[in-house]
Amino acid sequence: MNFDFPEQQPVQLPANIPAGCLRVNREQWLQTAKALHDANTRLLALWAADDRDRDGCFRVYAMYLLPETILVVEHAIHDASNPMYPSIAALFPSALRMQRAVYDLLGIASDESDMRGWLRHNGWPETLFPLRKDVDGSAHYSIAPASYPFVTVEGDGVHEIAVGPVHAGIIEPGHFRFSVVGEKVLRLEERLGYTHKGVAKLFEAFSQQDGHRLAARVSGDSAVAFSWAYCASLEAITETPVPLRAVYLRALALEHERLTNHLGDLGALGNDAGFALGLTQFSRLKEDLLRTNTVAFGARYLMHYIVPGGVSVDLPGRARGLLLKQYQELERGVVKLRSIYDEHAGIQDRFREAGRLTNELAERLGAIGLVGRASGIACDLRVDHPWQPYDKLRPKLITQAYGDVAARVQVRFDEVLETLRLCRALLDDLSSGPIQVQVPIAEPDRMGAGVIEGWRGPVIVVLETGRDGAIRRCHAHDSSWQNWPLLEYAILGNIVPDFPLINKSFNLSYSGQDG
Amino acid sequence: MFDVLSRIVRTGILTEPSASPSIEALQKDIWGILGRALTIRQVDAGSCNACELEIQALNNPYYNLEGMGIKFVASPRHADMLLVTGPVSVNMEEALKRTYDAVPDPKLVVAVGDCGACGGVFGTSYASRGAVANVIPVNHTITGCPPGPAAILKGIFEAVRSTFSGVHR
Repeated sequence: MNFDFPEQQPVQLPANIPAGCLRVNREQWLQTAKALHDANTRLLALWAADDRDRDGCFRVYAMYLLPETILVVEHAIHDASNPMYPSIAALFPSALRMQRAVYDLLGIASDESDMRGWLRHNGWPETLFPLRKDVDGSAHYSIAPASYPFVTVEGDGVHEIAVGPVHAGIIEPGHFRFSVVGEKVLRLEERLGYTHKGVAKLFEAFSQQDGHRLAARVSGDSAVAFSWAYCASLEAITETPVPLRAVYLRALALEHERLTNHLGDLGALGNDAGFALGLTQFSRLKEDLLRTNTVAFGARYLMHYIVPGGVSVDLPGRARGLLLKQYQELERGVVKLRSIYDEHAGIQDRFREAGRLTNELAERLGAIGLVGRASGIACDLRVDHPWQPYDKLRPKLITQAYGDVAARVQVRFDEVLETLRLCRALLDDLSSGPIQVQVPIAEPDRMGAGVIEGWRGPVIVVLETGRDGAIRRCHAHDSSWQNWPLLEYAILGNIVPDFPLINKSFNLSYSGQDG
Repeated sequence: MFDVLSRIVRTGILTEPSASPSIEALQKDIWGILGRALTIRQVDAGSCNACELEIQALNNPYYNLEGMGIKFVASPRHADMLLVTGPVSVNMEEALKRTYDAVPDPKLVVAVGDCGACGGVFGTSYASRGAVANVIPVNHTITGCPPGPAAILKGIFEAVRSTFSGVHR
């Protein structure tokens, strides 16, 4: 697909999949967004950087998913005393919260009217923008409590229910404000940012060779996806070819991460529908897999596994047989449990029609990843923008059209079975050879991207190198940014007691979003 | 229904005998301190979610925490112990303090994971207060990134034990 780009063609951007970068001025920033919106592309991420020490500018970036490539649009803002750029949220609604985050961290404002803090909850001064280069990120500030103006709904019998940030379960913190009549939800407004740990600023204190350790902890349930995305960006910048055995092992680890999380979700979804057997059975299967991880990869959760240039632990010889046996048992168990779920009237009564996100809405709001696929959005980077080894593996695209909880459950079931096929194929094709190569220190001021389809959806890391092996800027993005706002729509017209079920069917990341 | 029953029968009881100390001794300790079962309120004060996944695993049939008379409760007012993961983000500081205040005395606080114990990779910054002990009093810490369910279980045991011996000293 060709776009009528302003004046120039994109320059190549180092990345694990074909990528380009287009430098635009203020008018072109919006023009490009319009052209891309009209061509049905998706917004993958939006972030900004402080380059005043280099050339006196701030820069704002938007990454779009085109049919063949990804495109990063870069806009340099020359007025450093009052940095502004045009909002693209009218075209890509998911940009709204990302733009609010850009303001909180860098003080670069869009022309959007909603200026409420998203990541900043008055924990640091309003006039302090922590990601600016001249701000010391290690300083401490006392909290100045202030109320957050939620949008209120008025009318006879309307009342609010405030939930969180501390939730009544073993889950991450966030705040949900429901406006309800009786049990029916009229409006839901999310407030996130509670787990903001200053990851972007912290990256700048890590070396290039060490940044993967922080990346793995952006969202612990997606450690493989984030650390792979980080390493892919560094390897693309330094043009380091990763040994084939390491590539396959990385994919095996990523697919195990997908399996682990899908199994956990399928159990929790059964439980939230009042079917405790589902939780017991799936949590058992998940535990079996995590224990196998210890043998195959050296740990239950793979924080340590993916390192620059390859992987940290080789697959032991005895692991192959164990894994194949594990896959067989998993497949048998999941097929059986699926038929129990499918034929259980009580479960289906809760799953069907609950939390429906129509295809039309999903398209308009830019749904992505698993949630998108359950609403008929045919997008899986492993399928449509494959990187090594997915170009050889050719995973099957799994979608559902209806967009309710039942559809999201079916996508998970189908993906578990497809992933088991991929795991077997990866083991079959696993070649011998080294598992890691040395990655040289990258030259300063180079930018590269790593884009990985994690179990929730695309995980993106954009790395900019500094001098002597330092990180100048690193932006890590989870697809939860795009999908959190959709939950506010999916719950409309449902009853409050169905919220845990609907929320679980999305199972979005708080930590990955908050950064 | 037949499928469900057959699944239950075929799976059998998977719960593993816990490592040291013995369940009976632990239950006796818990009874000695609290006079009843141990109830835990888990608080994610800014974690990356990996510790949460491992704490959730304590309820799977292998570890069967509830079978030992330990259960997770939804309100801090029903809790004897706060199981807190970190690092404590600045944005969660107030919520954590309020949750701590809402737990009736005597109370135990256990910090889980490297981040909860010492700040982990995140340390302290404009956005992070680091270790849980920087924000509320902590009785016991469990290190690991993330610590596995067995380590968390052991840490809960040790927290109860050390408090118990403290009472008698």
